[in-house]
Amino acid sequence: MIPLLTDGVPRRGLKLLVALALALLAAPLAANDYLITVLILVLYFAYVGQAWNIMMGFAGQLSLGHALYVGLGAYAAAALYVHFGVGPWLGLWVAMASSAAVGATIGFLAFRFGVGGVYFAILTIAFAEFARIGFDHWGWLGGSAGLFLPVANYAHNDILTLRGSPTMFYYVMLTMTAAAFVFCHALLRSRIGYYWLAIRESPDAAQALGIDIFRAKMVAVIISAAMTSLGGVLFAFYYNNLFPEQIFHISRSIELILGPIIGGIGTLVGPIVGAFLLTTLAETLSEIMRWVGIDLPGIKQVFYGFCLLGVVMFLPDGVWPPLGRWLGLGREEGDRGRGEGER
Amino acid sequence: MPAEIYLNVAVSGLLTGLVYGLMALGLSVIFGVVRVVNFAHGEMMTIAMYLAVALFSAYKLDPLAMLVPIAAVLFALGYVLQRGLINPFINRPEHSQFMLLVAVALIMVNALLIAFGPDARGVQTSYAFASFALGPLIVDANKAYAGLAAVTVAAGLVAFFRYTLIGKAIRACADNYAGALVVGLDVKRLYALTFAIGSACVGACGSMMVLLVDVTPPLGPTYTLLAFVIVITGGLGSMAGALLGGVLIGMTEALGGLLFTPSAKSMFTFAILVVVLLFRPQGLLGKRLT
Amino acid sequence: MTRRRFVGLSAGLAGSLAAQSFAIAKAQGAPLKVGVLLPRSGVQAGIGQDCQRGVDIAPGILKDLGLPELAIMNADTETNVEVARARAERLIGEGAQLIVGAFDSGQSTAIAQVAEQKGIPYVINIAAAPPITEQGYKFVFRNFPTASMILADAFANQKEIFAAVGSAPKSVVFMHVNDTYGTSMQKGIDAVLSKADMPYKILDTIAYDPAARDLSVEVAKAKATGAEALLLVSRLNDAMLLTRELVKQRWTPMAVLSMGPGWYEDQYLKTLGKLADGPISFVPWYDPNKPLSKALEAALMKAHRDVNLNTNHIYTFEALLIAADAYKRAGSTDPKALADAIRATDIANNVSIGPGIRFDAKGQNATLKNAAIQNRGGKLVTVAPKSAANAKPEWPLGPYEKRG
Repeated sequence: MIPLLTDGVPRRGLKLLVALALALLAAPLAANDYLITVLILVLYFAYVGQAWNIMMGFAGQLSLGHALYVGLGAYAAAALYVHFGVGPWLGLWVAMASSAAVGATIGFLAFRFGVGGVYFAILTIAFAEFARIGFDHWGWLGGSAGLFLPVANYAHNDILTLRGSPTMFYYVMLTMTAAAFVFCHALLRSRIGYYWLAIRESPDAAQALGIDIFRAKMVAVIISAAMTSLGGVLFAFYYNNLFPEQIFHISRSIELILGPIIGGIGTLVGPIVGAFLLTTLAETLSEIMRWVGIDLPGIKQVFYGFCLLGVVMFLPDGVWPPLGRWLGLGREEGDRGRGEGER
Repeated sequence: MPAEIYLNVAVSGLLTGLVYGLMALGLSVIFGVVRVVNFAHGEMMTIAMYLAVALFSAYKLDPLAMLVPIAAVLFALGYVLQRGLINPFINRPEHSQFMLLVAVALIMVNALLIAFGPDARGVQTSYAFASFALGPLIVDANKAYAGLAAVTVAAGLVAFFRYTLIGKAIRACADNYAGALVVGLDVKRLYALTFAIGSACVGACGSMMVLLVDVTPPLGPTYTLLAFVIVITGGLGSMAGALLGGVLIGMTEALGGLLFTPSAKSMFTFAILVVVLLFRPQGLLGKRLT
Repeated sequence: MTRRRFVGLSAGLAGSLAAQSFAIAKAQGAPLKVGVLLPRSGVQAGIGQDCQRGVDIAPGILKDLGLPELAIMNADTETNVEVARARAERLIGEGAQLIVGAFDSGQSTAIAQVAEQKGIPYVINIAAAPPITEQGYKFVFRNFPTASMILADAFANQKEIFAAVGSAPKSVVFMHVNDTYGTSMQKGIDAVLSKADMPYKILDTIAYDPAARDLSVEVAKAKATGAEALLLVSRLNDAMLLTRELVKQRWTPMAVLSMGPGWYEDQYLKTLGKLADGPISFVPWYDPNKPLSKALEAALMKAHRDVNLNTNHIYTFEALLIAADAYKRAGSTDPKALADAIRATDIANNVSIGPGIRFDAKGQNATLKNAAIQNRGGKLVTVAPKSAANAKPEWPLGPYEKRG
């Protein structure tokens, strides 16, 4: 299986990947708790960014309400734990199922009725907002007062119920992100991956060839939703409190798509690069502000906005394509759809 | 509940809806012609609102009296934004446009936060607490004035697009881009002009809105979303549709809040959106999409 | 290795060792590093900045009380739970030995988890959601009443006021903001009301969105119930909106009984002028007769002339008071020692109403009492309970149309 997965990946890329993996594995030994928290956040955004990327980059559907799946996953697993004592490893199946169901509904409604482009995006926002207000009034799940998971002093790590130190969460998140990476890579090289590429490049030609567009898009949406919901499960057990206002909020949806867009939509490494870049940027800006002594609330976000603007204007395909070329990786694995012909 | 409550609430919803409609009109113009997804629409209205607040607190100038100057400032802002920043993005994919305007919105919101602070600001006009009593009906004076202003501006806009040369040129660009180029229209300039008009529209809306609602820096996104919902419901490309959509949403929210839980009244807006998108995607008064 | 080098090295080593022991000895007299987490940006920024005023005026007063110095490390939660957590972790990583904050129940919960995990004492200044002190934490302390405590006192104070003015509403409509605090209050009200034996019935409960900009429908609904008085839990912005709607819709209830923030805050009083008079707020407050309250009031007046002393200042100050007092008794910066010292706190010379600051086994100060304050001419007077009052209540609410 390993040769199959590494087939087509430039050797230099593999070496860099292994180096990165080793660095990430060893990170907690060198980093303090605060850095680990930051890294967990980076990996989280890399993970959900990757999940979102499936829907956008691979199947071409702009979802601006992806926080919906995070929230559904989080609430499903949390509710099972709080009310029935069901651990996260069982709860996550329910989380994935419910998110996939909702994703399928949205997908069905959208694709059957021909809702695309901006309209689809607005539809996803509407669903997320609907969930936000709905959960705000759902007493059994805490409503707007929030759902709290029981916690205690973490003397030891209990991976079965995901209670433990940040280091434990770090490794869980790292595993999830790595698995997502490998999974997406495998997806892209599978038949459905090529269907997606075809649909992205030319839907009419794809249809003419007999590809069931509806089915392919639905698969993308369902996989994306289910994957995202796992991120939500981790979110719930890491933060131990859930508020509809926070978790379903549109700013969350926007937050999680920043990584893939900045990193490079449709590429495999894009979301990861984007997540690292954005978090580093945010933290660096905070540090600079503190160092210079400016304590003006909002100034960090203004700089952040300008940086975002710069990237959007001058690196329209994201940071990864030029970065990848600079690193000498040539055409990146997932960086297809440029119509350049053979490898 | 006594019948007059329904009447009062419905009228209140109607008047507010007219202002929403005007805001959606601005977006409809921008989206319909320039085909740019202006996710910074609400933020521009916020800027206009702050302008009104600043003028009022410094010189005691009534926001409605300042409608034209504020609209003019937003006109200029919109023109510069389109010409300088947004133009290259017209043919880029939606997510690029979206990111651009999200970045712009982020900068606007936080610049406002730095300039004005986080507290809610409003204008205390002499009629801020006034209301008209017409029999069983009690109408909020602010809503009445704002609604009236909204209808006036909207009428002016419709007249502009129907009777002036530039208005017709802009409509031509929207209807047939290639044709417009062939005929020799300076499309780039017209796009900038359209964005500017849409911005002026939202600027005028801001000076009305400030009578109804206090302004805080993060006010924008809610209204951006609302504007989109109204545009889609009313129908892209139809100005009457935008106003109708606004009124519909305004009244639904008000009556929905009255009949059910007020804190859930936004759910009706989204329900309407979903229904419209699925069953009548061109909107109530829009042209059928090809 | 030359001889000179060796001597230099060993001298250096000895010197640093001496410095080390010097440092250890000094640490006990060194200021306690207190991380203060408040929402300084985002939606709650105004309140966070208000709480900060309580932090700013604390050092002088603590010094006068002979308490050790505190080295304050300010941090911003950005009104965001994730940021709150990250900042708490960072503060602790940078050496904070005690955490204070964070005004919001959600953010405070997140910080509490970090504090408990790291074993760093956390003193909550303001956050009313009951679950925070029901988790069995050993390092989390709350010197602020829970929603149920606020409710119980509110009803008791209301009865006292009704008796004093000789009149009471027979019916009320309960309006509340649909956020963490508002919902905790609404959930608690059913339980507490049945035991409180109030003279009025709640005709309807109306919840509204905290981000709502237009409350005309809500007020219309409330007015339509025909209730005599308005019982509510709101925040600052909605308080102003509600008042405006009351005026526009021409409805002056017999009384406005608020069990939360908003109706007594400076911005409310300033913006509404004469229209601000009359509402009675049942809130955690200071005891105007206590000497330390007077000192705090004076210090605030000196620093910010036109700011009224309120809950934000009082409880943030008291959190720092607790920190300094515990540090003095513990005599070291060891977190376990500090936590134990805090648990044993018994401060009678404080600002808030009640016998003083002490914590039960859960880390909650269950002895806090809440007051009833009334807006009067741009200032706030305490009308109940009698022991902490400095004025008589004005009743009923003066009609809005007749105020200038």
